[in-house]
Amino acid sequence: MGKRILAAALVAALCIAAPSYAGKRDNTLRIAGNQVPESLDSYFNNVRLGVIIAHHVWDHLIYRDPKTNEYKAALATSWKWVDEKTLEFELRRGVRFHNGEPFDADDVVYTFNFVSNPANKAVTQQNVNWIEKAEKLEPFKVRVRLRQPFPAALEYLAGPVLIYPNEYYAKVGPKGMSEKPVGSGPYKVVEHQPGRLVRFERNADYFKESPRPQPTIEKLELRLIPDQNTQAAELMGKGLDWIFNVPPDQAKQLKSVRDLTVVAGETMRVVWLTLATHDKTPTAVLKDIRVRKALNHAIDRQAMLKTVVGEGARVIHTLCFPGQFGCTDEGAPRYSYDPAKAKALLAEAGYPNGFEIDFYAYRERHQTEAMIGYLRAIGVRTNLRYMQYAAMRDALREGKAGFGHQTWGSFSVNDVSAGTPVFFKFTLDDVNRDQRVRDLLDAGDFSVKPEVRRVAYKNALALIAEQAYVVPLYSLPVYYAHTKDLDFRPYPDELPRFWEARWK
Amino acid sequence: MLAYTAKRALLAALVALTVSAACFMLVHLSTDVAVAMAGEGARSEDIEFVRKQYGFDRPLAVQYADWLGRAARGDFGESLYFRTPVGAIVWARLPTTLLLGALAMAIALALSIPLGVLAAMRPNTWVDRLTLVIAVVGQAMPSFWFALVLILVFGLHLGWLPISGSETLAHFVLPAIALAYYAAPAIMRLTRSGMLEVLASDYIRTARAKGLRRPAVLFKHALRNAIIPVVALAAVQLGFMLGGSVVIETVFALNGVGYLAWEAILHNDFPVVQAIVLLVALFYIVLTFLADLANGWLDPRIRIG
Repeated sequence: MGKRILAAALVAALCIAAPSYAGKRDNTLRIAGNQVPESLDSYFNNVRLGVIIAHHVWDHLIYRDPKTNEYKAALATSWKWVDEKTLEFELRRGVRFHNGEPFDADDVVYTFNFVSNPANKAVTQQNVNWIEKAEKLEPFKVRVRLRQPFPAALEYLAGPVLIYPNEYYAKVGPKGMSEKPVGSGPYKVVEHQPGRLVRFERNADYFKESPRPQPTIEKLELRLIPDQNTQAAELMGKGLDWIFNVPPDQAKQLKSVRDLTVVAGETMRVVWLTLATHDKTPTAVLKDIRVRKALNHAIDRQAMLKTVVGEGARVIHTLCFPGQFGCTDEGAPRYSYDPAKAKALLAEAGYPNGFEIDFYAYRERHQTEAMIGYLRAIGVRTNLRYMQYAAMRDALREGKAGFGHQTWGSFSVNDVSAGTPVFFKFTLDDVNRDQRVRDLLDAGDFSVKPEVRRVAYKNALALIAEQAYVVPLYSLPVYYAHTKDLDFRPYPDELPRFWEARWK
Repeated sequence: MLAYTAKRALLAALVALTVSAACFMLVHLSTDVAVAMAGEGARSEDIEFVRKQYGFDRPLAVQYADWLGRAARGDFGESLYFRTPVGAIVWARLPTTLLLGALAMAIALALSIPLGVLAAMRPNTWVDRLTLVIAVVGQAMPSFWFALVLILVFGLHLGWLPISGSETLAHFVLPAIALAYYAAPAIMRLTRSGMLEVLASDYIRTARAKGLRRPAVLFKHALRNAIIPVVALAAVQLGFMLGGSVVIETVFALNGVGYLAWEAILHNDFPVVQAIVLLVALFYIVLTFLADLANGWLDPRIRIG
């Protein structure tokens, strides 16, 4: 009898477990990610999935329209630079957080002062360490003081700097905020099982004046599935509606599935070869500009895009992402693919038979290997040193490495200041140390006049290209796969905007 | 027996200590934890801040002694990634892994013992060869690949079972089969060789001669004796399964200790890695210790030797 009951229970358990089907029918968009965010509190998270969640749950003071790159009023109705280190904001009235708490100046002041205080250990320090303090001027007016002139502040305010409800945050802290996030954004979190899933519901009271469209999809269900193959299987089996970061080979296969759409989107991550020329460089050969120019002529970027990088990417000629404020290749020399010229330049530099060099890399190994082939064709023999990012960065910083396959995503910040200066302003990552480049970048970084910034960055980028300090290659693509029922548009900041997604 | 038990217990404790020390040193030598924690784009002052804040600037031996002292009191520190106590995270994920391990072991035993007996009953026939093929394939095939095949066949094409997640018992079926197939071959082969040896012994001939029916001879007389080493092996295989669950849990998105280990390694969350390594080592040590005791009890020659 006991055995029978056990068997019946087992069958019942198996029957209950019929997989839930995704889709339009129950107005629930089921999505998956592969990396568990360390916290849902966006200031304590470095993972892309956490960033995606944050932009659905919270709001910004300013909104950057991804189609036009124009700044629009969000929680702030207007803003102005009082001087190079002071910003003032008029705030919107009538907005409420998901828990009913009304939005006002206290929320902005508390959020800014809490996250910018290093003692509170926000992990995304680079997003907030430009804030000195925030002050309440009136119930709906705040002043934000900056540590130093930082014109990209607006880009950060429209990006990673989100506004929290002060009373709730003071009560629960980052841990409580992660367990039960409360924001004012288009979706509210209704269930959070750490490491497993997050369920969202459309915020029916989302403020009507928001520059973001009102969401139409009722529910979002985000599941954490670490294996890309499992994600693809779930998508094909209709257990999921949308996945991202699909590997190129898998994207090709998913394209042939009838009910699925695969879209390639460009990302802000750019790829280049780093060529250390500083005094302690272990690759003295790179100190000769003719060698650096030869390397620039050696790689067929267009062919690489077609064969190994994939659609959605584009060739770059300067070290920045083309959509970023201040990024241009105007006035910069372009090095065409010309192996004969590369060989001639090497011969002129005293290396008619080429040379041997250690080549450091940490991701997209198939691309590294394609580059090795191109380099070999002009006589440059490489010893590949493939390692983790942190190890390669340390080797470059400590002068043990001088030649590497580098990439940078600028934290999806749409401003050159989040990219080029990281590698050219005498930072630990600056392996060229050219004072002229640094001064030009400083001029761009510290002026609040857009025209002054544009000119300074243009000249800095042109100088880097003239000196051939790097071999700029291309931007990287990302692939999204989703059900054909979904109307979804990708953007280069790799931020899926489900509040504007629609069922077809 | 008491002296033997005490000696084995001391040895087990020393092994646990060595494993934890080796793991601690390896984690710290393989990466600069402060650099890893500070993340991409961190400035040198950010890294130094992290180093001081978390005490990574102290000598390794001091850090280890500190960790050991706290671990002995049940405090495994705080996860660097999730910023919550390690003990609580591991504890919360343990039931999933234990359920997976128990189901997988049950499947492995249910598959391997009958097949092992069958192979021993018909040595060098097609039945024996078939079980050999099953064993070799199981041993040679990477578990993640087998897991994906299961997903494709039973999850996608037939649609019988859910592909990923750990909400219901049905979610555990495919991962348990994948994990079981990883452990089954060794048990199957040991059952076969044990049975062959026992079936050739005098008391089996006697049993047959006195007219006992075949099932009684096989299961009551032969299998009972042949299975003793299999029980010890199964205990060790259970330890293997705990290690193997890192891959299986990751493929099937089962929220257990194995998946946690994968996440922790990915994010250089060394307090979690450290705690899981210690847990798996302890699990292994306890199982081996129990197997040792069982062997000593069953065979007095072992404890005297």
